[in-house]
Amino acid sequence: MKKIPPKDYQNMVESASPPTKSYKTIPCAFLVGGAICLLGQFIQNIYLHAGLERDLAAASTSVTLVFLSALLTGLQIYDKIAKFAGAGTLVPITGFANAVVSPALEFKSEGLILGLGAKLFTIAGPVIVYGSATAFVYGLILYLFRLY
Amino acid sequence: MEYLKAFLVGGAICAVGQVLIDYTKLTPARILVSFVCAGVVLGGLGLYQPLIDFAGAGATVPLTGFGALLAKGTLEAIREDGLLGVISGGIGAAGAGLGAAILFGLMTALIFKPGDKM
Repeated sequence: MKKIPPKDYQNMVESASPPTKSYKTIPCAFLVGGAICLLGQFIQNIYLHAGLERDLAAASTSVTLVFLSALLTGLQIYDKIAKFAGAGTLVPITGFANAVVSPALEFKSEGLILGLGAKLFTIAGPVIVYGSATAFVYGLILYLFRLY
Repeated sequence: MEYLKAFLVGGAICAVGQVLIDYTKLTPARILVSFVCAGVVLGGLGLYQPLIDFAGAGATVPLTGFGALLAKGTLEAIREDGLLGVISGGIGAAGAGLGAAILFGLMTALIFKPGDKM
């Protein structure tokens, strides 16, 4: 079989793949992402109304959204919305929950420990590692220069 | 009015994510990580809190808000515990979101069956 140089192959892939329709994807992401935040605001107002302090209400809202997203992922609804919403369903915390649940569910068949248990951290892992590392650098700067 | 602000700001942050997907080679996983890290930096510089004051859930629900929370938790932990807070602060602040993702993730993965690969 004839070998195709990697560069040619990349060009072939690019010419064969459909062009990104940004005039469609960006408004979709905006609308769906905005709608998820609107829902978040609604939930947060319920918690505020119930007497929760602002920070606690925001954290409780995140927990609620994560729960809803996990449920919708299990019911295979979230991924259907994600298909046309793109970053609209990825960037909110519901997208993080979806990215935690999906691989865990998919690799459940490989066992509860190294399948489900390990794959639960496919996305959560990098987010924790780099998020806390960035926070650590920030904290170190605060501490060393006495900015706190 | 606060719903409109949450919608517009939240939507705009997601639109930025979509631009990154469309015009760069960033994968969704990289976007998640970058948004959290960007949130830590913006939060640390004190630029994110004004956005939260303005847009509420429109700023706290996107992952940049999660990052800003890590920065805020780090600052508070250092005030309380000093050097130890540098290490414990970020993870501590992420506790609710991460705990929920792990707990509900585990429950969902146990209860539901994997779907057909799309």
